Amino acid sequence: MLTVPYVTGYLTEHFGDDAFRTLDGYLARGGYEAARKALTSMSPEQVTEMVKDAGLQGRGGAGFSAGLKWSFMPKDSDKPKYLVCNADESEPGSFKDRILMERGPHQMLEGILIAAWATGAEKTFVYVRGEYAYPAHCVQQAIDEATERGFFGSNVMGTGFRHEVVLMRGAGAYICGEETGLLESLEGRKGQPRKKPPFPAQYGAFGMPTTVNNVETFSHVPHIVGKGVEWFRGFGTEKSPGTTVFGVSGHVVRPGLYELPLGTPLAELVHEHAGGVPGGRKVKGVIPGGMSMPILPGSMLDVPMANEFLRERQTMLGTGGVMVMDETTCMVRVGCVISFFFRDESCGQCTQCREGTGWMHRILQRIERGAGEEGDLAVLLDVAGKMEGQTICAFADAAAWPVQGLLRHFRDDFEAHVRHGKCPFPESFEL
Amino acid sequence: MVSEPTAGAPELPVSAETRARIDAEIAKYPARRGALLPALHWVQAELGCISAETARAVADYLRIRPIEVMEVVSFYNMFYDRPQGRHHVYVCTNLPCSLRGARTLMKQLEARLGIESGETTPDGRITLGHEECLGACAYAPMMRVDETYHEDLDLEKAMAVLEELE
Repeated sequence: MLTVPYVTGYLTEHFGDDAFRTLDGYLARGGYEAARKALTSMSPEQVTEMVKDAGLQGRGGAGFSAGLKWSFMPKDSDKPKYLVCNADESEPGSFKDRILMERGPHQMLEGILIAAWATGAEKTFVYVRGEYAYPAHCVQQAIDEATERGFFGSNVMGTGFRHEVVLMRGAGAYICGEETGLLESLEGRKGQPRKKPPFPAQYGAFGMPTTVNNVETFSHVPHIVGKGVEWFRGFGTEKSPGTTVFGVSGHVVRPGLYELPLGTPLAELVHEHAGGVPGGRKVKGVIPGGMSMPILPGSMLDVPMANEFLRERQTMLGTGGVMVMDETTCMVRVGCVISFFFRDESCGQCTQCREGTGWMHRILQRIERGAGEEGDLAVLLDVAGKMEGQTICAFADAAAWPVQGLLRHFRDDFEAHVRHGKCPFPESFEL
Repeated sequence: MVSEPTAGAPELPVSAETRARIDAEIAKYPARRGALLPALHWVQAELGCISAETARAVADYLRIRPIEVMEVVSFYNMFYDRPQGRHHVYVCTNLPCSLRGARTLMKQLEARLGIESGETTPDGRITLGHEECLGACAYAPMMRVDETYHEDLDLEKAMAVLEELE
């Protein structure tokens, strides 16, 4: 059973039902019918066009069009082509992929199979973060069962199509969620991201054309192919169709998973679904999409949760991991936790990131201790600005943005620490 | 230059069963080195850590250089280059857990176990550490004990789990 509060949509509808995790249970609810439709009645191009028309945005953080990504795969290459399912979910505040793997592994695998047909891939590597022992077990069991029954292997559903799925477990490194860091890890190396171009569609896993999609992205695909573009576009906004699985955590009455249409107001998510802040306290700030995304102040909760609206407020949907902080929260401590994480996880290959994350953490710690100086905030913003857009991958941006966001909306917290030489929030969470 | 394998199968200091598992992993990847992370997981499961000597043996087996194994061991948090306690206890101290008291719990556990984060109890039973977000944000605070998650914790619940460890 799913033990946290949740609201269901088409992805999570059957997640309360243990049978849905088995092949028979999945088949009984129409499972693998969309894959059968794709493989027996649609060309790969038609499938790709359909997913493109549906406007499915990648749900791993960047929000790039999944169909467009598939269309970058070469059509005339004689090299083997691969898919990678990015199940390295490590973005703080995100836990949806874990539940999608534990409760609906066949839904994800069916999406993989359809994507394999669309891109002509012969093999998929599912890269699961090392700490996710149980989700990995659930997915491996589903792979074994589906392969044994002919949904994968050398003759998929009797069509002659060949596709194999291999699960690999990572070993504890946030950067392996970056798609080229992941590819390096898959090849048995440190997860240090690659320079792009070449992009993975040209030179991916083991040098072969590769498409990388997130667990949730794959999980949407059977629904699009099975029920159609118009149906899918019936959820969400024009620019951001479909639902997503929001994970709400922090200072709320009901932390949990809420599958809701994109464009749902943040206030509805926080107050109605998650029950608001305990004890009648006010919301001070909300990180809307995993820790890399800049924070929003409590006054901006009217924002619809879709990128076109979040961007206007200088943040993004990211992974949909929503972290709520009440009015007792010290935002300097929040900054310390965030900057320690990025300092700890920087892969170290770019100077701006390796050094910048350390600088930011040290300055924030100093301010938190009450030893901050007049010019510290300017230095902090200067360091963040010099990290942004200067490195091989987006990790440095992800480290800089939250600090910039905290200073944009909660500068008073920082200035008060410097001015008074101590933390003015005695009830804040312990550091 | 990567040296060619020497004649005969290189020796891996593991059981036949573990070696068979590693061979099965190698078969899944287009290049032998693709099996490095899975191989290290299996080797570590048997030996407890990956010493420099073990790393050299794994390198030989996968036909890569020892440094390529050692840098992977040092890069990833879940590989250890020296012996550890019999059980790993990791408390998630990232933001969603911290907001719900994870760092307070960590300090209480340190006091109860008489060790600091990063240390092992004198009887070799528990290595305690903090970990970054483990994807259990709605179940905070939480800890990972070896491969198992324990969620919605307070000190008493956490101690009850630890007392069961051999």
